[in-house]
Amino acid sequence: MKAKPENVLTGSHYLDGNHASAEGAIAAGCRFFGGYPITPSTEIAERISQRFPRIGGIFVQMEDELASMAAILGASNGGVKSMSCTSGPGFSLMMENFGLGIMMETPCVLVNVQRGGPSTGLPTLPGQADMMQARWGSHGDYEVIALAPDSPQESFELTIHAFNLSEKYRMPVLIMTDECVGHMTEKVVIPSADEIDLVERKYTDKKPGEAWPYEWNGKSIPPMLPVGKGYKFHITGLTHDEKGYPVINAEAQEKNVRQLIDKVKKNADDIIWLEEWDTDGADIIVMSYGISSRVARPAIAKARADGIKIGQIRMITVWPFPEKRIRELAGKVKAMVMVELNHGQVYLEMDRCAAGQCVTAVVGHSGGTVHKPDDIYKVIKDVVK
Amino acid sequence: MATTEIRITGFGGQGVILCGYVIGKAASIYNNQHATMTQSFGPEARGSACSAQVITSDERVLYPYVTAADILIAMSNDGYTMHKDSMDEKGILVYEKDLVTPKKLGKDMKAYGVPATRIAEELGRKIVLNIVMLGFMGAVTDVVPMEALRKAVQSSVPEGTEELNLKAFDRGCEYGLDLKGKGATKTQEKAAL
Repeated sequence: MKAKPENVLTGSHYLDGNHASAEGAIAAGCRFFGGYPITPSTEIAERISQRFPRIGGIFVQMEDELASMAAILGASNGGVKSMSCTSGPGFSLMMENFGLGIMMETPCVLVNVQRGGPSTGLPTLPGQADMMQARWGSHGDYEVIALAPDSPQESFELTIHAFNLSEKYRMPVLIMTDECVGHMTEKVVIPSADEIDLVERKYTDKKPGEAWPYEWNGKSIPPMLPVGKGYKFHITGLTHDEKGYPVINAEAQEKNVRQLIDKVKKNADDIIWLEEWDTDGADIIVMSYGISSRVARPAIAKARADGIKIGQIRMITVWPFPEKRIRELAGKVKAMVMVELNHGQVYLEMDRCAAGQCVTAVVGHSGGTVHKPDDIYKVIKDVVK
Repeated sequence: MATTEIRITGFGGQGVILCGYVIGKAASIYNNQHATMTQSFGPEARGSACSAQVITSDERVLYPYVTAADILIAMSNDGYTMHKDSMDEKGILVYEKDLVTPKKLGKDMKAYGVPATRIAEELGRKIVLNIVMLGFMGAVTDVVPMEALRKAVQSSVPEGTEELNLKAFDRGCEYGLDLKGKGATKTQEKAAL
């Protein structure tokens, strides 16, 4: 279905990434926001708090991040598209209930505007060091979907995309942006409502009393049950069966966890979104995501001008990791270089998938600013040697 | 025109960020260029050193920060001191005459000063000094067409303050055109200090 015209601020705007993300959420039909302000993500909450009262949305400033995450799960199960935003310290606090969202298969969107860490670190400066936390931050075994925008325009678009993925796969979806993109202001072109495709929630077509909240069939994503329409159901963070009630044994665990993992792994080709330039015939490939993929481009252009056969992969989806593509390319190239604002997190995945087929390297950074293109260029030149 | 790097500096509360926002909006929305604005400030909002950076270009801006400012707009002496050395060797300094004392400039640099705070006070609201600076910058540089800047001011300031802000913009602009009309060069401008 298409977006509703009253939700879409069609036109050209000069917006930062955070404001653009808020507009993306509204265009996607988000109508509940529960959050706790934290730099550098606050502008998302701020804009939503100003826009929601006029369009019938509910904004609640919660007492902390634990409650924020819990509130958006509740709202979503109540039938409303919901989201929250945060940064490093708040992301840590949200991890427990993020896992609850995974286990309860609850669609929602969480934006992490990454700043420098660990701990309170650098509130007003960028980092990309929560990438592995996004992947493994909550306990237990599960898969996640995480997207990384490189501009305000893409912050708008990927927020809509995140809502669509969350409804399609019935799970929380992460937007792992950073302070640089969040606070960067650029032209954002918002299309008309009829150009925005939305995935609407799939509810059961069975009658009350005949439907369960988790009708796993190993193929399609189970439809949700609507509240307030006579369906009586139970959902829990405990290992459960299709009826949503706890079943504490290994068989139920196998079925439950398998569902959480398979729905992402088996649909990886649909979820993974990469942008590739000149990867065919390349000797060296530079991989990165978010702001780092953007500042890597001048370095790549410079290396190409030196005669190096170089290509680039920009991961718009970071999780699930594009394993298949990397294994395939690693057998054809001499080297792969990861550029990220940490000392090698997503690099570990690239290196694992390359599996010794080619040389790998990381252009690491402690955060606080973005890479200087020349630093990336130097590593490219070193690797070529 | 290729790429222009602009840094705006002052203290929190002077409207440094809005100044950057208006330049970026003028270039990208009203002049069909690419313009990327970033900002930096301390955890404390008012009174601390604050700076905004805008890069305008005919192509997409890939590296979002200023490396050598083609234009430095200085509204405080601290900001000027902090950023003067990162100016391009052909850079243009646009400064608040009563608040900033420029040091010796490089041989290919230019400097233009305006008593923006005084002009703003004459208009009745000191707060519009940033808009006076913008009008002035529009007149003494050619980074963004004047009409685009004016439109961006009009669409960026709080509702109900458009008239005052446009007046401030026009006064800054007149001061700049006047200064240029007198053929103010770097040396003359220095003599006027």
